[in-house]
Amino acid sequence: MSIKINHLTHIYNRGTAFEKTALQDVTLEIEKGEFIGLIGHTGSGKSTLIQHLNGLISPTEGEILLDGVNIHGDKKNLRSVRQRIGLAFQYPEHQLFEMTVWKDVAFGPNNMKLSAEEVEQRVEQALQTVGIPKELYGKSPFELSGGQKRRVAIAGVLAMNPEVFILDEPTAGLDPKGRDEILDAIKALHEERKITVILVSHSMEDVAKLVDRIIVMHKGRVAMTGTPGEVFSRVEEIEKMGLAAPQISYVFAQLKAKGYPVPTDIYTTKDATKALMDLIGQVKLC
Amino acid sequence: MLRDITIGQYYPAESIIHRLDARVKLVITFFYILSLFFVNTFVGYLFVIFVLGLAVKASKVPLKFMLKGIKSIMIIILFTAGINIFMTQGDTVLFQKGIITITQEGVFLAIKMCIRLILLIIGSSILTLTTTPIQLTDGIEYLLRPWKKIGVPAHEIAMMMTIALRFIPTLLDETDKIMKAQQARGADFDTGNVIQKAKRLIPILVPLFISAFRRADDLAMAMEARCYHGDENRTRMNEMKYQKADYVAQVCLICYLGVIIALRVAAAKLPFFL
Repeated sequence: MSIKINHLTHIYNRGTAFEKTALQDVTLEIEKGEFIGLIGHTGSGKSTLIQHLNGLISPTEGEILLDGVNIHGDKKNLRSVRQRIGLAFQYPEHQLFEMTVWKDVAFGPNNMKLSAEEVEQRVEQALQTVGIPKELYGKSPFELSGGQKRRVAIAGVLAMNPEVFILDEPTAGLDPKGRDEILDAIKALHEERKITVILVSHSMEDVAKLVDRIIVMHKGRVAMTGTPGEVFSRVEEIEKMGLAAPQISYVFAQLKAKGYPVPTDIYTTKDATKALMDLIGQVKLC
Repeated sequence: MLRDITIGQYYPAESIIHRLDARVKLVITFFYILSLFFVNTFVGYLFVIFVLGLAVKASKVPLKFMLKGIKSIMIIILFTAGINIFMTQGDTVLFQKGIITITQEGVFLAIKMCIRLILLIIGSSILTLTTTPIQLTDGIEYLLRPWKKIGVPAHEIAMMMTIALRFIPTLLDETDKIMKAQQARGADFDTGNVIQKAKRLIPILVPLFISAFRRADDLAMAMEARCYHGDENRTRMNEMKYQKADYVAQVCLICYLGVIIALRVAAAKLPFFL
């Protein structure tokens, strides 16, 4: 499913003293099966943008086309739009409310009025994808650890089998282990089910490691878009927007400045290891 | 949708009303509300509307903003009007069918009650729209001070009000966020009968309560960590001092009350006053 955003503008509290333009003339296209990283400084309009994609807020101007159909064209369409585009908010564990983990994940599929077997199968599959062990299914979600709660909440969105999965900072406030577990689950999801993933993140390392294409938002506009290599090579512009390139790339910039023959387009630790091994091979250190 | 609730919201602007001392505004609002129940004629209400209009103009808050507050209590206003129309006994019967009797007195009373409620809401929303919550509670604390002698915990009451007011927008934001999160999971709040609608509130209310308790706990901890203890020996960053405009406002209040009493006395003597 392709998403096309045409000249999208959103103004909050129009006509009052609190008026604020959150998005201005945003035009974007997202292809089926892409893994997109959406980055930008706080207040750059990322959250407003993703809420539009899910039909939670309506554009002030412009339109969003889902396979060529305007999602705000018919109100009855919105429910099916929300099923096809899954949105996990920041701190999704704050939305948990049911007595057990199982029931909470089943909330979404039940709202879709699926058969009992279908619901059961989807809940099981979603919980497995995020790596929640069977013995926790009957527990209260409030008894779990922070990382587990987050994964249950993400499973709650996943159980609706969305074609596009949007995650707003899924790793904020988690320890490294919890972060890796979630990112691995998202990566597996993208590779196995071939769904489109849009990842909003402040961690340039995560973005560089995972995504195919980066969209940089700045002051309500799309400032840049391209592969991680293309975007992070314009490091000076990104820094002006209050962002940064992955830390490892700064190490390589310094090595280059000191005269070592290293490439400067290194953005992940995996590439860095390879480049450093090559360098060691060349210099022939004893 | 939730942003339509304007009660308790502050509207930043530069105006004479914004600059008035919170204590003066509180006293004026108190007497204004009393006066609404003292006035009993249409001429009297015309006068009140005129004065209120001046105050709205001077406050530089768009009228649209205040009317939004009325929209949220429209049901209460209509309900009151309905009761007054059908339940008031009177001599001049306008309409009668079965047990339903509508009298002229009833219609007049209903109209007056509606005007009263609308004026009440607009008047008190001028207070909250032009006064920051902090100023407001400082003012309340000051006005409650005489009662401390008989054991009224003035400072604690003010502190609780400050905290409550402070958290209204936070909890509204939170509600908005939770509603969106549940909508994203296919929840539907708009269709169905009353019982279904009430049931659908559970996925909002449970997370909202949990978050409210979490916030309360965090705040209590933060206050404790800074050794907060009530009222004794505390000094203020912003001392409250009366300015010239505050004295002028008090004189205006006395004049206003004078006119209201005069109108009431006149109404008793002159029957054509309605």
